[in-house]
Amino acid sequence: MADFQSIKTKVEDGIALIELNRPNVLNAISRGMVTEIRSAFETFDKEDAVKVIVLTGNEKAFAAGADIDEMAEDDAVTLELLNQFKDWDQLHTIKKPVIGAVSGYCFGGGFELALCCDILFASEKAQFGFPEIKLGVMPGAGGTVKLTKLMGPKIALEWLWLGEPMTAKEAQKHGIINRTVAPELVVEEAMKFARILACRAPLSLRLIKESVQYAAGHSVHDSMQFERKNFYLLFSSEDQKEGMKAFTEKRHPQFKGK
Amino acid sequence: MFETINYESRAGVAWITLNRPEKLNAFTAVMHKEMLAALKNTGKDKDIRAIVITGAGRAFCSGQDLGGSDNPDYGEVLRKGYNPMIQELVSIEKPVIAAVNGVAAGAGVSLALACDFRIASEKASFIEAFIHVGLVPDSGNLYFLPRLVGHAKAMELAVLGEKISADQAKELGLVTKVAEEEVFIQEVETFAVKLASMPTKAIGLIKRYMNKSWESDLSEVLEYEALAQKTAGSTEDHKEGVSAFMEKRKPEFTGR
Repeated sequence: MADFQSIKTKVEDGIALIELNRPNVLNAISRGMVTEIRSAFETFDKEDAVKVIVLTGNEKAFAAGADIDEMAEDDAVTLELLNQFKDWDQLHTIKKPVIGAVSGYCFGGGFELALCCDILFASEKAQFGFPEIKLGVMPGAGGTVKLTKLMGPKIALEWLWLGEPMTAKEAQKHGIINRTVAPELVVEEAMKFARILACRAPLSLRLIKESVQYAAGHSVHDSMQFERKNFYLLFSSEDQKEGMKAFTEKRHPQFKGK
Repeated sequence: MFETINYESRAGVAWITLNRPEKLNAFTAVMHKEMLAALKNTGKDKDIRAIVITGAGRAFCSGQDLGGSDNPDYGEVLRKGYNPMIQELVSIEKPVIAAVNGVAAGAGVSLALACDFRIASEKASFIEAFIHVGLVPDSGNLYFLPRLVGHAKAMELAVLGEKISADQAKELGLVTKVAEEEVFIQEVETFAVKLASMPTKAIGLIKRYMNKSWESDLSEVLEYEALAQKTAGSTEDHKEGVSAFMEKRKPEFTGR
């Protein structure tokens, strides 16, 4: 794996753990950091030994926001030419399950990064929010889009306009996070969940993710057609044969991801 | 460092003394800020393993200083002053003891109720004074009081606003212990130092999840207990406790 400055990575038992690593600035997300996350995501997505990706920060902050210093002097033209969100867009193209483990501050760009994860575990003490409004800007990496899809326009507007922090309890109530866990155990619980997924049929995980993501943005009819094709597709996999054979033979299946 | 409170720490215990004795330690905006800062500090300081809150002079705390400003927005006074202080106090995962040295009235009662333990001097008394000026118990009073003494008794205390003595408070289960005035501070010190030598992480987890139990059902609490036990089980104090038990000696807990 490449030599990263802003993140740390390791692979263990089929799970790739990516830790945001700019502790001195509460993991503020710089452009370089996003490029590194994208690179790590893409590498792990291709690596056979990796079944699931876990993304986390540290105890104090998942990521407290974007790196403000980096963009303070930008104007519309420099931003357009820089096309920094290209890296962000790629984060959504990952086929393997991505689990986020959030402790502490998860604001602005940090919140948007968390929302790129498929499943979110958060500390009871984690805080989420989009404070961009207080700086005279707005979320730019999907914040208004994803919050709206998750909580509906009325509730989303309230949070985006006020820019106040949201507790983990509120985030869970609105379907933003899957589970709230004790601060001491966030990464551990996320890893435990990842280990369960790592034993599931990889192609099923992949096509289920694709179908769910499709359904979130398309009509019921189109999504049903899409689901059907993916369902058929799995019947050409070895794992489908193995899975159904193991079921009739009353034993645990051995999935190979083929 | 502080103007309206006194803050010191010794033997693992932080002592926060409300220090406006001439005003019976009534709360002002400055006192709220200073209490909040002091409480935050006790939460962060790893050497502190128990906290005592007490009052200077003859009162514990007489609640809001009514002589403050002319026409305050009471709602905002609570949101800005009392509420953050109470939230902070409850979120500290260390034992907090109210050493009720004298009268506790109004928000002074609330402050004591938000603590994990109350030790009262025989001179102490509690009075839900709000009703006497046509107000409602605040600063968590309506939350903690029924949980501590039961709904019926809490209604009596809050609506009738009668003064209750330290002994009556003990009978209601409001206070852990009543001590004679001459030995009061000593008794508090002994109690606090004892708590400070106990497994602090386990106490913090007990506090966290017992508080959460009020808003949870059984299956949630069972899961919290499993999470808490997993965490407590990985502390040095757990290892020390088990070894001390096997070796038939007294454990020496470090709070780690």
